[in-house]
Parts: sequence; C-alpha cells; structure tokens
Amino acid sequence: MSLVNFTTREITCKIVYYGPGRSGKTTNLHYIFRRVPEQRRGRMVSLATQTDRTLFFDFLPLELGSISGFMTRFQLYTVPGQVYYNATRKLVLQGADGVVFVADSQTRQLDENIASLQNLQANLLEYGVDVRGMPLVFQYNKQGLPPELVMAHGELDEALNFRDAPSFAADALSGTGVFETLKGVSELVLRRLSEEHPG
Amino acid sequence: MTQGLNPGLTFDTLIVGASNRLAVTAARAVAENPGEAYNPLFISGRTGLGKTHVITAIGNRANELQPSSVVEYVTLDELLQRYHASVSSGELAEFRSQLSASDVLLIDDIQFLVHRKELQSELLRVVTQFQREGRQLVLTGDCPPADLSELDEQLLNCLNQGVAVEIGVPEFETRQAILERRTGERGSEFADGVLEAVAEYEVRNVRELLGILNRVIAFQEVSDTRLTPAAARALVTGDAPAAGAAGAEATVPLEPAEAAEDEFGDFLSDITLTVTQQVEAWNERIGKMVQVWSERGYTTTRLERLLEEQAGTDPAAAVAEFQNAVTQLQRLEREMAELDPVAARNPVFRDPDRLEEAVGIVTQMKSGLEPPPGPDEAFSLETFLAGESTKMAVGAAQAVIQEPGARYNPLVLVGPSGVGKTHLLHAVGRGLQIEGELVVACLSAQTFIEELVEAIEKDRVGVWRARYRCASAFMLDDVHEISSRDRVQQELLELIQLFCEEGRQLVVTSNVAPQEIEGLGEDLAGRLAAGLVASLGSPDRELRRAIVLMHLTHRVGSSDEALADYLAQQSAESVRTVLGTLERVLSGAEAVGTAPSVDVAKRLLERPVATEAPVFSGRETGTPVPLSGVNSREKMVWDWIDPEERLVEDAT
Repeated sequence: MSLVNFTTREITCKIVYYGPGRSGKTTNLHYIFRRVPEQRRGRMVSLATQTDRTLFFDFLPLELGSISGFMTRFQLYTVPGQVYYNATRKLVLQGADGVVFVADSQTRQLDENIASLQNLQANLLEYGVDVRGMPLVFQYNKQGLPPELVMAHGELDEALNFRDAPSFAADALSGTGVFETLKGVSELVLRRLSEEHPG
Repeated sequence: MTQGLNPGLTFDTLIVGASNRLAVTAARAVAENPGEAYNPLFISGRTGLGKTHVITAIGNRANELQPSSVVEYVTLDELLQRYHASVSSGELAEFRSQLSASDVLLIDDIQFLVHRKELQSELLRVVTQFQREGRQLVLTGDCPPADLSELDEQLLNCLNQGVAVEIGVPEFETRQAILERRTGERGSEFADGVLEAVAEYEVRNVRELLGILNRVIAFQEVSDTRLTPAAARALVTGDAPAAGAAGAEATVPLEPAEAAEDEFGDFLSDITLTVTQQVEAWNERIGKMVQVWSERGYTTTRLERLLEEQAGTDPAAAVAEFQNAVTQLQRLEREMAELDPVAARNPVFRDPDRLEEAVGIVTQMKSGLEPPPGPDEAFSLETFLAGESTKMAVGAAQAVIQEPGARYNPLVLVGPSGVGKTHLLHAVGRGLQIEGELVVACLSAQTFIEELVEAIEKDRVGVWRARYRCASAFMLDDVHEISSRDRVQQELLELIQLFCEEGRQLVVTSNVAPQEIEGLGEDLAGRLAAGLVASLGSPDRELRRAIVLMHLTHRVGSSDEALADYLAQQSAESVRTVLGTLERVLSGAEAVGTAPSVDVAKRLLERPVATEAPVFSGRETGTPVPLSGVNSREKMVWDWIDPEERLVEDAT
C-alpha cells in the first residue's frame, strides 16, 4: 500500500494496533469510533468470539477529508492477541505504515508483553521490515488500575521501549491517552512523507 | 525591537479552541522558528475572529525569544499610505529599504490589495526577498490567498509556497472560555449558568460575542438582582427582560452543557498541520528551486507548472528530472564555451525544456571539427609477429578490438624501444576503425605536446580539446615523453577520466611502467595503471628468425632459411635491432651486386673490430624502419650505413 499517491492526491495510512491478548486494542478502536463524527467514519468491522476476544481483526476506516489537496484516509486495524492467531497477525501487519504496541500495564502481564513485542519484530522481519524503520509508538494501557497492580510508565519504558519510541500512558476504557496515542503514531507516519522524498 | 506591536496581544491572552487551533499552532511554530517553519504564513478568517491577535502574538513571541531581532507590524492601510508618500516624495528606494529591514514582517489585512497593482509588485518583491533570505513574513486576510480577487498571479504563487491557515467561528467551548476570561478581567461575576447561556448564542465573530458580554454585564450592573441564565438567554436573543427583573426565572435550572472534549477535532487539527507541513515542504522546496535557478538565469517554467498543478505529477520525479536536465545543460554549455564562447550564450543552454535542442547545437558544432589524426594504415595485427615475449600484449590488443572500452581500459603497452609497441598501438587503432567503425585518434606524445602548445598560443585550446574528446578511442604513443609537463599531463588526465567514465577505449605505450615514469603525476600514473599494463619483451630466437624470413620475402622475394638461421643467432634486444642487422646485410649484398647470403652476412658482421669503421649514430637504437607514416621522432633516427660500404658504392 502506498502511503502517499501524488498522482491521485491521496494519503492512506494503515495503522495496526498490536499487543498481547486482552491488552485493550479493540477498546482503543471502540473509543475512537465513539468520538469520531458519523460522517468521518466508516463501518467498524469486528469479528469477535462470544467472549469478546478478537477472532480475526477489527477494522475502522476514518475519512479525514481533503488536507492540503490530499484526500486523507486512516485505516485502523487491531490484531488478535492470542498466541494461536499468528497467521492472522501477519496478514494484518502486511503493508502497515505504523504500529501502536498496546501493552497491558499489569505487572503480571509483563512476560506476555515481551513475547508479543518479540512476535511483532519476528513478523515484521518476515516481510523484510526492520522494526527500527517502522513508525512505532507504545501505549501502556490500564494505567487506571490500582497502582499496586500496574507498572509505572517509566518501568514499562525500561522493560519494553529500549529504542526510545514515543510512549503514552492510557486507560482506553475511559479514553485517557487514546487519541494522544493515535496522534503520536500518525505524526510519525506522516513525517516519513518528507523522509521518503527528502526536501 | 518591535514596531507597531500591541504588547497585550500575546499567545497567553489568546483563547485556543478547535476553530483556531491549527492557526495558533502554526503561528507558534513561526514565532519560535522565524523563516524556517512556514514562510510566508498566511492567516485568513472573517473580521473579528482574532487574526490581528494571532499575528501580533507572533511578533511579541518572536521578539521575546530574540530581543535583537527586528519585528515590524503594519496594516496594509498604513503600508499604502507610506507607499504613496514615498512615491510622491521620490523616496521609493527608502520605502523599500525600510520594508526590507525587518527580520519578521507582519502585514495585516492584505485583502485591501485588490486593484492596487503597484503595491502588489512591491509586496511580491518583499515576499521573494524574505523567502530568499530566510526572513519571516506573516500576512492576514479575510479569505485564503486563492480567493483574493485580482491578485497578481506571481504573488499568489509566492504566497502559496508558504502555509495558509484559517481561523473559523469559535465554537461553544471557545465562546465560553472567552466569556469566562473577559468576565474575570472585568471583575464581574455571574450566577452559575449565565455565561454558558450567553455562549450558546452562535455569534459571527469574537467581537460580536464581546459586545454581547458587555450588554450582559451592563444589564446586571443596573439590576437589583443577579442575572439568571434564562434572563441572560433572553437578553442575548433580543427578548430582554426589564431591568430589575434579572432574577425572574431564577428557579429555572439550566442544563449544564456537556463538557464534551472534541478529541477528534483536536486530532484532525494536528493531523492537518502535520500533513500540511509535509506537503507544503515540497512546495517550499520547489519554490526555492525556482528562485535559485531563475537567479542563475535558467528558465524554470517546468517547476512553476509543478507548483500550479493540483494532481498528476510526482514532485520527486519531476524535480529529479529538472535537476538532471540542468546538469546536462551545464555540461553542454561548458563544451560549447570551449568551442565557441559566443555561441555558448545562446539561451537554449539555460532552458531545461529545450535540452534536446541544446544537444543538437553542440553535436552540430562538434561535427564541424577537423577529425583527429588516426592510426597508420600500414600497421595491422596480421603483420605483427608475436612471440612468447609479446603474447600477452597481443592477446590484450585483440581483446580491446573485440570489446573496446570494456575489458582493458586503459591498455598500457610497455617495453623498451624497438620491440613493436608502436606497431601494436596502431594495429589496435586500425582494428577499432575497421571492426568497430570507431573514430580513433592515434598520435605520438610529442605531437600531442606540440599541438597543445600551438593551441595555447592561438587561444584555441577548447577546439583542440574537443577534437580529441569527440573521438571514440584514443591511442597515444610514448606517453613517457610527457613527463614533467604538468599542463600536458593535466589535459591527458582529463581526457582519460572522460574516456574511462564513458567506456571509450584508451591505449598508450611507454618505455617503462606508468608508476616508474619519472615526472609523471601520481593521478595520471594511477589512472594508467588502473587498466592493464602489458609488457613487450626482447624477441627470442624463434621470433628473430620469423622476422628475418618475413622481411626477406617482403624485400627480395627470397626465403633463405640459412641466412635467417644465421641472423636469428645474432643477439638482439629489439625487433628494430634485428631489422637493422638485416638491412645492413641487404645493403652490403646490393653494394657488391650479389644476393643476400650467409657469406655476405658473415663478411659484414664478423669483420675484426679493429678494421671496422666507426659507426655514426644519432641514437643508440634505430635503423630506418621500412614502413611509412611513423610519427615518432625517435623512430626517425637511425644508424648510418657503414662508410666503408658507401665508399665502395661511390667507387663503382
């Protein structure tokens, strides 16, 4: 997928929310869906199990309208976090312009976070993409839980974010940090426009 | 230093909401990085929405960060007055100078430029200058630049190279925030819900909102009781209650407005700014290119078209294509300047859209040049007798003929004098002419030097250079002769670089390997050695015999093998020595009127040293080579015929 098409004057950003199961990826998309005016959003597609776990993926298209003469579209995807859905994760990851890694801030979920992050790197590598070259932000979700249950922002940065990518504390259920995260990844993605076509 | 700025209008006193967030973000960026972020910045919006506040805040912030910078704020009306005054007093230059003196120039309300062509021209000059010199220009108008009627097209293009942001009508939350701040500043207090009720009224601009607030404040001040939300709402909508009845509906509760944050709106503003910044970076880059290349005298129509196009062109490809065309034009112009400096002033060399035409002109000029000297037809690979000592060189020569410029480039033939380097050099040249149908330049280093000296004297170096640069292959004999001649070496080095870069074949000969030539520049020696250095050694006995037999057949039509065997036994360092010995035998036999034979040879060659007459020699090596067209001076010197033989010849 081409991020910028000068011929048709279109910008299309595919952003994938990645992370371990139950970390809150779908909750992020639901919150965004609720806050976006109806005329700006497409139908949110969610394929979930009866217990609300994402079976395939969530997809939320956003039409941002014409910006500087470019029809700008965002496509937000989530991947199924459960380990046995790796084929789906790889499929969704294909052609991604940016990734939001949604980590579960709970201390007991640290190993799952690390495993999921390693899985992200491995899956990107299969597409010949080095994670260092991919616009990536971290969202440390569930920061609204009691402090004794969760790791602090700094601790999570130390454990997961060793490349010093932008990171955001969030509580997706209440919406805290959801749009900040989306803004963070979007800006990283869009700034690549000038890097790919150096000015 | 600031001029004309209201110090009270700062970013701190500005209420930011969804309607002006983009404009304020861009304005902050400009104030903090004047001349770098967006230049020019154009802020549009209807009257009373805060354009002047934003533009003034830019000036105040810029001055706060860089107190030494000169910030000037001026309305178009003031600018117009100053312009007219300067024209009438004949001080237009002073006006321009003043206008260009600031680091940050803020011009408010430029919508009044309509119908003012002269001032538009002045403004165009200012915009261009500020962009070129990286100084910041900010303008405001009541509509975006494209909607300003009768605006000069060039000025519009320049304005479009920056960023245009719009301030919209404030939405409810912004209106409420403005009301709260102003109420606090005025020292007034209202009952809960009153300001919200006022904010519900959809005003056209901030001024109208402040007017309404004034009415509400005044109404409460003359009332006995505190104003209720309902009363305020009625007052705002024109259905004003009587003074003193402010609390008439105090019991009616006001539904609190939902404090819904417009998160998506904020997100959209941020994304819009980022996209605009990225996309406009291209326009800015192209604009700069237009400026730079037009200042250098190049036609930039192609780039200007790119700025105007709304779709269909990839700017990266178009810019690369333009730069490539300019590079080619520069090279063509240089070539033409060397051939004919006057013709090089043709504007075609400054117009990327006429590249093909420029190529045609230079090609035509080159085709009129005198062709370079070519290889001698008398030499061929077939007449070059190869032995063990020359096997590699001959193989390389054949490879060069088959694949010129591809395998051994340059090819350097190295060997002592008389081993056949010149023959092989010309043979390669002939081979390239015949096989590859190439234009081959072939000459001795001495001729190369003499021609260059003459060209310098006649100021025709360009033409001389072009003559050789047009060739498809270049052969130079005795390159060691240019040692310690810096200018010649420089010319040769440039020629070699050009030929190697373009895959055109070079062959040179030398008496020693390039690195061993004394007085040869390191660059040149390195360039020569980078190809193949092939040695030609002294002929062995088999080769000497073959040479003698071939020349006997050629000269006297005999193939006296005994004589060939005898002469092959004579040691010889070079082919030329072998041929010199044979020549003596043939001359001796001719002098006594007999056929050349072993006896004649023995009589001539084995005579006691004491009785042998002195030999006059111009150079140690050398016997006339019975082949025409050898240009090298070295080859034109030979051992004189034995004087004793000449006396006999004279007596007869």
